Amino acid sequence: MTTAVLLQAFWLVFDPYVLLVILCSAMFGLFVGCIPGLSATMATALLVPITFFMPPVPAIAAIVTATAMAIFSGDIPGALLRIPGTPASAAYTDEAYQMTLKGQAEVALGAGLVFSAIGGLFGTLVMILFSPALAEIALKFSSFEYFWLVVLGLAGAVFIGNASVLKACITLLLGLLIACIGLENPAGMPRFTFGLKELMSGVELIPMMVGMFAVSELLRYITNMDPPHIIATEKIGNIFSGMWGLLKKYRWPLARGSALGTVIGIQPGSGADMASWLSYAMSKKFSKEPEKFGTGHVEGIVESGAANNSSLAGAWIPAIVFGIPGDSITAIAIGVLYLKNMNPGPMIFINNPENIYAIFLVFILANIIMVPLGWLTVKIATKILRVQRNILMPIILIFCIVGSFSINNSVWGVTLILFFGLAAFLLEENGFPVAPAILGVVLGTMMEENFITSMIKSDGDPLVFFTRPIAMWLAIGTIVILLWPVFTWAYQRITQTRAA
Amino acid sequence: MKFSDIFSGLVLMALSLLILLTVKDYPDIPGQNIGPGAFPGLLAALLALCSVLLIFKGIKTQRHTPWLVWGEWVTSRFHFRNFLITIGCLVFYITASDFLGFLICGTAVLATMFTALKVRWQWTVMLSIIVTLVVHTIFYKALRVPLPWGILSPIQW
Repeated sequence: MTTAVLLQAFWLVFDPYVLLVILCSAMFGLFVGCIPGLSATMATALLVPITFFMPPVPAIAAIVTATAMAIFSGDIPGALLRIPGTPASAAYTDEAYQMTLKGQAEVALGAGLVFSAIGGLFGTLVMILFSPALAEIALKFSSFEYFWLVVLGLAGAVFIGNASVLKACITLLLGLLIACIGLENPAGMPRFTFGLKELMSGVELIPMMVGMFAVSELLRYITNMDPPHIIATEKIGNIFSGMWGLLKKYRWPLARGSALGTVIGIQPGSGADMASWLSYAMSKKFSKEPEKFGTGHVEGIVESGAANNSSLAGAWIPAIVFGIPGDSITAIAIGVLYLKNMNPGPMIFINNPENIYAIFLVFILANIIMVPLGWLTVKIATKILRVQRNILMPIILIFCIVGSFSINNSVWGVTLILFFGLAAFLLEENGFPVAPAILGVVLGTMMEENFITSMIKSDGDPLVFFTRPIAMWLAIGTIVILLWPVFTWAYQRITQTRAA
Repeated sequence: MKFSDIFSGLVLMALSLLILLTVKDYPDIPGQNIGPGAFPGLLAALLALCSVLLIFKGIKTQRHTPWLVWGEWVTSRFHFRNFLITIGCLVFYITASDFLGFLICGTAVLATMFTALKVRWQWTVMLSIIVTLVVHTIFYKALRVPLPWGILSPIQW
């Protein structure tokens, strides 16, 4: 049975069309990641309208490949210009730039590439080993457990790694409220439609994401007043020389970074950027030479370069098994899966196991072809960095327009990207993070469905949410996360008064 | 363009009250004591709570900051103009594309944006036409998206 499924998955992935899609989206991801100001999330948001026209496997393959590539190639402008190409490279941008100034650009970029690929493969391995087992457990879940799981995921998104928990809570609630728009609720009653027939079926996810992640970034570029940066070096040597030595020397930091990245990826709401910050900090803490950090030392790049790529695969575990996204990229991907009628959840392992194995294979393939393609990108990096952004941005705008139009073949999509682009731009200007909003929109329907079903099952008695055994543990986990800021605040207070 | 937390909090508070007012009249699911208003009502109540906290935070930390601080880019004519042009391009496309068609609107949007971002005019002319045609070919021919022809319908290909 398993071999048959595996063979089927092979056929699905090693189809010339799918391979072509993987190759094109790899190049697209490498390009977007390399251009400062265009993030991996934007790469995904721009890809989604195109994937809309593909069968499920190539559609997911395109997203997986493009994001993995973009996260690596975000290291390139970090090392050469001292601006991270994507937020996930920000943690070690200074380190890489210092190495470039010391004439070691090739070591910084080589470490970024090789260890990104290894980290990505590690995360994939964990995903392959654990998700089927988790799916077995998930089959036993009822609406109570799912409700808590969604709340747990959303709590993670809000309480971990946001500068202002309160503002993250607000954007999350706004996202959940947007999900309430339209007919799709347990009662089938049109809500908040303002009499517009376009809103009857709810706010379409794709135009909303294109608006929030592409149009808003465009507006940020347009209003950005920083002077252009200067490329630090033209000469980049062989990026693979010395990598074997680094691999032997830093095998423990590599393993630690990959493991931490995967765990952070699995935790809903925290993605590649957090993985890279945390593992950089951990690397410094456990290093034998912490004093070298910040002066152009490769150890931190090894560890957090591996961590940000392994978190990508980790984020897919809750996404496939429970339908709960681990970060904004998987939130977009889940939206795509729903559009393809490939609803994520434990049943997918029973109904369409070949598709799941195909996703696993795509992850392996993407992390392997990253090495030669990444090498090529580094070769022509100084040329890519010279691409005129004032030419690129209008072209992106036209793609956003056509992409959002194509979802329903109406200008309503364009109206949505304008609205959500402006909204996301204003929110971010005011310190409101937008990632929780997208998680809210994706999870809103699921959360309401499970909430209402559970309430009906229990005849309106909310205590039942706590009495089933698994539900109780999930509830405890959620409450601990929710109260964590209070604990830390109280702890600090106590230690302060003692010190005084 | 930074709003003070007090102002943001008040706007969010108004929004949550509006939602609560709207869902108040939603009927229950027949035979159940819960209805389509329960979930959005719960969310709106939480949003109201958050906005109160935000207002308090604002009063504590930003009492003397004005309700709206224009960002640096708003005072730079070049940047503010380009911001308005970008929004204008989208509004133009939304209102005019059915009538003028994608080819004309797409070229116009690109040409305007290129000019605003100071691309040389030779490039502007060439790129606006070529990019529009390429996008049209990809989406109209290959992906079969019915991009509007508008007044160019007679020469449709």
